[in-house]
Amino acid sequence: MDLFEYQAKQLFAEYGVPVPQGKVASTAAEARAIAEEFAAAGKPRVVVKAQVKTGGRGKAGGVKVAEGPEDAQAKAEQILGMDIKGHTVHRVLVEEASDIAEEYYFSFLLDRANRTFLSICSAEGGVEIEEVAVSNPDAVAKIAVDPLTGAPADVAAEIVKAGKLPQAAAEGAAEVITKLWDAFVGKDATLVEVNPLILTKDGRVVALDGKVTLDENAEFRQDLESLTFPEEGDPLEVAAKEKGLNYVKLDGEVGIIGNGAGLVMSTLDVVAYAGEAHGNVKPANFLDIGGGASAEVMANGLEIILGDPAVKSVFVNVFGGITACDAVANGIVQALEMLEGRGEDVSKPLVVRLDGNNAELGRDILTKRAHPAVRQVDTMDGAAAQAAELAAK
Amino acid sequence: MAIFLNKDSKVLVQGMTGSEGTKHTRRMLASGTNIVGGVNPRKAGQSVDFDGTQVPVFGSVAEGMAATGADVTVIFVPPKFCKDAVIEAIDAEIGLAVVITEGIPVHDTAVFWAHAGAKGNKTRIIGPNCPGLITPGQSNAGIIPADITKPGRIGLVSKSGTLTYQMMYELRDIGFSSAVGIGGDPIIGTTHIDALAAFEADPDTDAIVMIGEIGGDAEERAAEFIKDNVSKPVVGYVAGFTAPEGKTMGHAGAIVSGSSGTAAAKKEALEAVGVKVGKTPSETAKLVRELF
Repeated sequence: MDLFEYQAKQLFAEYGVPVPQGKVASTAAEARAIAEEFAAAGKPRVVVKAQVKTGGRGKAGGVKVAEGPEDAQAKAEQILGMDIKGHTVHRVLVEEASDIAEEYYFSFLLDRANRTFLSICSAEGGVEIEEVAVSNPDAVAKIAVDPLTGAPADVAAEIVKAGKLPQAAAEGAAEVITKLWDAFVGKDATLVEVNPLILTKDGRVVALDGKVTLDENAEFRQDLESLTFPEEGDPLEVAAKEKGLNYVKLDGEVGIIGNGAGLVMSTLDVVAYAGEAHGNVKPANFLDIGGGASAEVMANGLEIILGDPAVKSVFVNVFGGITACDAVANGIVQALEMLEGRGEDVSKPLVVRLDGNNAELGRDILTKRAHPAVRQVDTMDGAAAQAAELAAK
Repeated sequence: MAIFLNKDSKVLVQGMTGSEGTKHTRRMLASGTNIVGGVNPRKAGQSVDFDGTQVPVFGSVAEGMAATGADVTVIFVPPKFCKDAVIEAIDAEIGLAVVITEGIPVHDTAVFWAHAGAKGNKTRIIGPNCPGLITPGQSNAGIIPADITKPGRIGLVSKSGTLTYQMMYELRDIGFSSAVGIGGDPIIGTTHIDALAAFEADPDTDAIVMIGEIGGDAEERAAEFIKDNVSKPVVGYVAGFTAPEGKTMGHAGAIVSGSSGTAAAKKEALEAVGVKVGKTPSETAKLVRELF
């Protein structure tokens, strides 16, 4: 789960990382009020920053300097509601302007290949680090961090040195790095990025921006809920999450339900290939109902998918492993009854493919039930083709 | 022979008395696995009846190993306590720890993986968030359905559970030496490369099926390894060709970020080293069939 910049900075501040003072506003009037507070404190110059979970805000015009409250209000008016790479700006961060002497780059992240953590440090900050890594690889230091020992003072000093940060910033940057490590571990983050990490003209090292990704698996020990906003994400995704479903909205017409992440991903592919012959219809979603495939989970899944107006047909692709196909077939029958009981319209065609343990028994159950919406195809490829054809009609 | 697991394997189950642990211990026993004990400090000294088979419960992995000679542990402990369970298994120096548990924070996995390294890698870790491994007809350590295939000469390594089952089922007439589900988390113990190396060395394996999915660069690194180290034919499949960038597809590790981690890049890397890659599971099965 990605955080907004202002949330990242609040998290940094909690761990003692210096950040500019600022507050978040969701209206231009609020932005003005915040700027007035700064003005009263002798800091009339503020920066109004769009809060969106994507890069390139500056280039898109989502970050503007304002001279005083009136200007802050005007800038906030321009920025709020703006669309930046498909993200609508609902909030702006209004913070004191900083006197920047130099800009650096720093991050902690997951290193999948080496199965550990990595720090990246560079004296060339404020720009895309990926570009620096290509154009001037020597300027980007990548230092592995042992999860067992972390980034205490000596390790942090080593990172700063490898990143070739100047002497004036070395001590302050090392302190920030140790604190960021504490935040990285303490909050179960998989990414903590500060770009730029700045040296101010009066010699302080400050996190001027912040990007944090938190691990949703750590929800049992972290408060992720207070960091989430209802307006975020697709409404169907929000509804699915409330039902505990592993659902991702996509932009096609064929609803997909399957068991197991790999099988569902594979189903998306097979449907997209089949769609090439049927007006380029595509999968409408990813939905993994897990190994058990119980009637209730199936019903919840179908309810979400049938509630998607873009869906024209549904492909239910289940492999009976631990749960045999007869149990899955009973689950589908019960799910349809449950949905009809809830007053849902179950008339969109459902193409069901059951394979694996007791496949014959499962297919017999569905054949006998003869629900008008359900049709069966024995193979994954065949079922995908039929679902695509039905969606194209 | 087979890899990592055979008829002589003596298996402990950490978390055996929990609901998932109980359910799957029963299934493992039914498929012929030599389950020698469970581990639960609060129930040490008791035993659990599985359809007439009495399985003793030990207070720790070390105690269970001392009493039974166990060399494998299958871990069903919930995410909150799983790191400690894996570290306990590593400290006991058991040969193989199969971590089935789904939903472990990646910081916990990073810590137990680093701990295993610090202890000299005496314990092979499979998982977490994996279906485990099976050597059909001999032993089953995890949750892979045992009755969908039979013993044979295909070796299979996969990030995905249900795709593993699908492939085992489609090729059940040929059969499998071993099938290893390595899991789809961002950090995993045993990798595609480890399994490829083991299958290459296994005289009972004639061909290898490798199933990958989007995210990370494990498949690209596996391709690099195959080039110089694998002489047996390898058939590949990668799920997620049509997955959009930035959306996590079920597995925590299955996400395309930027230009890296795409299925197309993985397919290309594998084909460049002579691996035939199927476009769909059925095409992949067909490519394997051509080898037999």
